[in-house]
Amino acid sequence: MMLDIRNLSIRYGAHLALDNATLNTRKGETLAILGANGAGKSSLLKAIAGIVPAAPGSSVKLDGEELLGLQPHEIVERGVIAVPEGRGVFGAMSVEENLLLGANPKRARQGELTRKSEVYDLFPRLAERRAQLVQTMSGGEQQMVAMGRALMSRPDLLLLDEPSLGLAPIVIGQMFKTLKRIKDAGLSILMVEQNVSASLKLADRGYLVEAGRIVGTGTASELKSNDAVQRAFLGGPAAPALS
Amino acid sequence: MTRTVLFAIAILAGLAILALAPAFLGEYGLGFMVSLMSYVTLATAWAMFSGPTRYISLATVAFFGIGAYTVAVFNETLPYPFVLIVAISIGALLATFVGFATLRLAGVYFVIFSFGLAELVRQLITWFEVNITGTLGRYIFLPFETRHIYWQLLALAAVTIGIGFWIRQTRLGLALKVIGDDELVAAHSGIALARTKVLLFVLSASLMTLAGAIQSPRWVYIEPAIVFNPTISFLTVIMALLGGATRLWGPALGVIPLMILFEWLSASFPDHFSIFLGAMFILIVFLLPKGVLSAVETRLARLKREANA
Repeated sequence: MMLDIRNLSIRYGAHLALDNATLNTRKGETLAILGANGAGKSSLLKAIAGIVPAAPGSSVKLDGEELLGLQPHEIVERGVIAVPEGRGVFGAMSVEENLLLGANPKRARQGELTRKSEVYDLFPRLAERRAQLVQTMSGGEQQMVAMGRALMSRPDLLLLDEPSLGLAPIVIGQMFKTLKRIKDAGLSILMVEQNVSASLKLADRGYLVEAGRIVGTGTASELKSNDAVQRAFLGGPAAPALS
Repeated sequence: MTRTVLFAIAILAGLAILALAPAFLGEYGLGFMVSLMSYVTLATAWAMFSGPTRYISLATVAFFGIGAYTVAVFNETLPYPFVLIVAISIGALLATFVGFATLRLAGVYFVIFSFGLAELVRQLITWFEVNITGTLGRYIFLPFETRHIYWQLLALAAVTIGIGFWIRQTRLGLALKVIGDDELVAAHSGIALARTKVLLFVLSASLMTLAGAIQSPRWVYIEPAIVFNPTISFLTVIMALLGGATRLWGPALGVIPLMILFEWLSASFPDHFSIFLGAMFILIVFLLPKGVLSAVETRLARLKREANA
């Protein structure tokens, strides 16, 4: 088992964003976290990445070692990297510079050049635009830069927060194809995604989050046929109207 | 490649000409050049940290003053190179401590803190001298003429610009730039925020301390009010901003016109100097928020576009 999260709670003042969440991922596994806006999915990712503090009693262990309490850069050094919602790129810099910065962690220095050519191989579009300023690129291209930047840190676990947000359907399709290649290369992925059908196609397992609580879990195919998921996300038969 | 070589030759030629300045400048001219080199060092060192991170520091004179005062205390008991080492050590130590304590402060709180720091150091030294040693005011007797001080400061200014150039070539420079752009994304990318900022702050402060130490023999008589004069901090900021704090050569270019202007102002209107200083500050921040270099580039780009259209 790779990432083991137990009783993770996150508070913003009086508001409880995540309430005693317990979940885990295995090596090489892709997990989808499903849930409505404001359900606490992003907070979950931010707590794992060390960006927001967790409430006392929470535990996030990576291969048996506690991650909570570490600085964000220390968590990156352990092999966990997040691509935040809204891309998280350095707009005033070129593609090449973004990738160079992605390889800033110590763990990433080894084999940096090979990894860069892998990233360019994964995103040929970026290879064509190495010197372009990222802020002048399209949303889909910026998402590629953000993922490329994250991959440069030589991660074992990739945390993706709404990677398809604001992208055109055709671009989303390409992005999921790329994610499939990343997954096949052996990386674990934990992703929060509104595009449920696409993410369940990629994921091995998933968790359903509602109002800060984990209310269901199962394999991707189980979730796909789950009534609650069907109703809420997949345009399945609506709940019977109250008359 | 040839361009790099030409550039290097131009730099060396410039340095050689500057090194020969004492041969054809009088005492007044050389004194002016000493101040000029001192401010080139201070403004470049200031921009090294404050340019990319956008933490406006008014603590320049805290470090400059520590450098000068250390020389005043030890110049008769230690050999000169050791005095410089002691000065840098004290400056770097204070910067490390202050850095870890304050760089988590955002924007305006840091500005206020850094301004307070310079005053605090001055008051502490004054208190210590009055109550413990009983000697407010010290003499510096070092066998240096103006030209010796000038050469040392010229070397320090060159080294400071050299370090600024080197940082730009490294990943550290990029990391610093993104901390200023978006601290959250920088954290996500695995950049050690606190450590990177403190490292640069210490480097910048050490250079400022050295500038104060080297320049101090010019005064002969030193007391805290002289070497911890807050005007030095303000001048440094305004010079760096005029040239452009995010450019390597920006601060140095900002120093030259302002030094000439202030030299004239302080000679012609000694009582109203502060008024002009304040007015200049406001004008520069309003008219040239990114500095002269950036404004010229924008203008040139526009002309070029219009010519093409």
